[in-house]
Amino acid sequence: MARQFGRRRFLMYGSAALGTSVLLKACANGETTSTSESPAATDAGTQVAASPAASGDAIKVGVLHSLSGTMAISEKSVVDSTLLAIEEINNAGGVLGKQIQPIVEDGASDWPTFAEKARKLIEEDQVVVVFGCWTSASRKAVLPVFEEKNHMLFYPVQYEGQECSKNIFYTGAAPNQQIEPSVDWLLENKGTDFYLVGSDYVFPRTANTIIKAQLEAKNGTTVGEDYLPLGNTEVAPIIAKIRSALPNGGVIYNTLNGDSNVAFFKQLKGAGLGPDRYPVMSVSIAEEEVKAIGTDFLEGQYAAWNYFMTVDSPANTKFVDAFRAKYGNERVTNDPMEAGYISVNIWKQAVEQAGSEGTPTDLEAVRQAAYGQTFEAPGGTVTMNTNHHLSKTVRIGEVRDDGLFEIVYATDGPVDPVPWNQFVAETQGFTCDWTKTDEANPGKFKA
Amino acid sequence: MLPSILDGIFNGLSIGSILLLAALGLAIVFGLMGVINMAHGELMMLGAYTTFVVQNVFRPLGEPFSQFYIFAALIMAFIVAALVGLILERGVIRHLYGRPLETLLATWGVSLILQQFVRSVNWVMIAGLVVFCGLFFGGLALLRRRADFEGRRRWFILVLLPLSVAIAFGIGSLLSNAYGLTVTQPWFGAQNVDVTAPRWLQGGLPIGNYQLPYTRMFIMLLTVLCVAGIYFFLNKTPWGLRIRSVTQNRSMSACLGIPTQKVDALTFALGSGLAGIAGCAVSLLGSVGPNTGQNYIVNTFMVVVVGGVGKLVGTIIGALVIGLIDYVIGAGILAFAFSSIQPLADFFTFFATTSMAKVMVFFLIVLFLQFRPAGLFPQKGRTVDA
Repeated sequence: MARQFGRRRFLMYGSAALGTSVLLKACANGETTSTSESPAATDAGTQVAASPAASGDAIKVGVLHSLSGTMAISEKSVVDSTLLAIEEINNAGGVLGKQIQPIVEDGASDWPTFAEKARKLIEEDQVVVVFGCWTSASRKAVLPVFEEKNHMLFYPVQYEGQECSKNIFYTGAAPNQQIEPSVDWLLENKGTDFYLVGSDYVFPRTANTIIKAQLEAKNGTTVGEDYLPLGNTEVAPIIAKIRSALPNGGVIYNTLNGDSNVAFFKQLKGAGLGPDRYPVMSVSIAEEEVKAIGTDFLEGQYAAWNYFMTVDSPANTKFVDAFRAKYGNERVTNDPMEAGYISVNIWKQAVEQAGSEGTPTDLEAVRQAAYGQTFEAPGGTVTMNTNHHLSKTVRIGEVRDDGLFEIVYATDGPVDPVPWNQFVAETQGFTCDWTKTDEANPGKFKA
Repeated sequence: MLPSILDGIFNGLSIGSILLLAALGLAIVFGLMGVINMAHGELMMLGAYTTFVVQNVFRPLGEPFSQFYIFAALIMAFIVAALVGLILERGVIRHLYGRPLETLLATWGVSLILQQFVRSVNWVMIAGLVVFCGLFFGGLALLRRRADFEGRRRWFILVLLPLSVAIAFGIGSLLSNAYGLTVTQPWFGAQNVDVTAPRWLQGGLPIGNYQLPYTRMFIMLLTVLCVAGIYFFLNKTPWGLRIRSVTQNRSMSACLGIPTQKVDALTFALGSGLAGIAGCAVSLLGSVGPNTGQNYIVNTFMVVVVGGVGKLVGTIIGALVIGLIDYVIGAGILAFAFSSIQPLADFFTFFATTSMAKVMVFFLIVLFLQFRPAGLFPQKGRTVDA
């Protein structure tokens, strides 16, 4: 036996291992070109490579989203719109005469991975800014990294508020630009009994705290709430509870994220809870998700956002046309994608006004220059406030049979963001203003 | 009141039947063979993806046929998962019988490989794999005819392996350069894909104020059929007899002329095929993604351990009991039942959300195993030779 483990065997296994590793590497290469570089990404990549970027005369920016895992269904499209904005800017001559070079990283729907990849983008790739994250859990995971490095993140998704970091620009909606108006609208049009359903992590829990406080203040009732572990699909107990809590119908407020939505709407329909008696208001379902879940299951349900693909404006027509020209005619646009698009443009304007690229030395100049930037966004004019949030128009849409939204309500103009919630006792009266250098903590103080 | 009790029982049983369907294959493999198959969830996932593929194949056939794709999907899911299980058994697990910890590690690795496989599988990869297998194993088979094969086996492998890897890789890169995206585009990708239930399975049967979803009823029926089929197979057929005898005493069975290796392969393929059917069933409830299996693997092990390893009846009772308890706690029925005793009611209200119910169920199972470590129906007498 002993002789068998001699040189020959060593040689044999060594060569086998070598051969296998070559094969695996080939597969891995094939994979990166196919997943992280969708047709679009490949275009952008080659374009950048052909430009001065390759010679080092480019501005590197990070794009950090889940390209795999339970959140990929939503996040991948934000990468697409972010890359579209970067390509448009590059085609128009770039920023400060330099091309933008995006570095796309996969957070894999795993919060520690997000933190790891954020650190990698900042330390190894030396990017000047990062665009990314979707779930609040991933944002909370990268937040310490950005604060420690004093770096800059543009976060493109509506969220639960109750946060106001100096290192994050929030280009999605704050609660008072999505959740609060939608609750008001429901109270006025759909009923006063609410059942709250959410995924079990920070966004739904905080959002539901806000909704409960708001309902209490406005004579609505919370008849029940339930949480599902992220990615879980067993919703039968929830549906039974909804039915026993709301025997004659009522409002379901849905803060589920990711794939759980598919199971929820499929089984809701199977149990016979239709939108006529049980209207569902969702805050994490947009055009992309409707398409993935199936219009059959969603027709007649509601969603609250700042942007819908059906917004009628020249800026939106241009955005949708450009997006479809790049990614194909069957693609749809949605709110976080629009916010991702806005993020890049606001950042570009700030960099140009500051006259410098930003990090690591002069992040401060870009940050100051960002305040007051306005942009003619597809969803209407947006303005960056000194609390790092955007003023945006609020809209509510009803799912049509083609999977797009009929806009049933819109505010007259942009609504100013309030990151610290005014219904919840512990944040009542607090405000945020990062230009108030005289305040001890400009991120949270009583006005 | 009556409809609400009916509804409760129905929902509890339906959760239990999904658990049972998922755990049935595992119970056979784990219980009868002593193999801890961590890739069981991924075999379910393959079944779910098979359903997705079959659905898309049937779609162009038009109305009457496309509504019945689910039956073809069930058969295909069984076949695909059973074949993968067979390859797994022949390639990996047969070297590890009697070493449960090693089977755990090896199959866990296989589960990761399968997950990544469905994310990145594309035509180039398939072509490369086929070419590689054809050249390497085909070459070995040809060379085996030579008289001096055994003596020079290592040298043949040494030459053949890098050669076929290089050729497969070359063909792959040639293909991807020539055809670009059409061959390098992943079939499924990392995103979840969606299976739509046939129209006759959407909606539900109204009973009073309630509606029993047809998909759930379908899954319960499927579970009953599978359990009956397995029972019949194990107890009434010659191969079932062989499986049971190998389970009880492998060496004695071998002495009596039972082909134990064939029995092992068959049992594993059967368990895997059942996982495929379970995957097909759960695709009707949610969406299908690379992680689909992971949502079920812990629950299925729970069922098998609670039921008592090696006993089919234990698995059945275990699944239904866990399903019922899960539902009763999660839906707040206990909180309602104890509403007269305030502290108890508060206690159960606290656990009456779906995610907290899981905590409670885990706690109850740990407690249960303190008193009956071998599960509900422990194996009596001679144990499995693992």
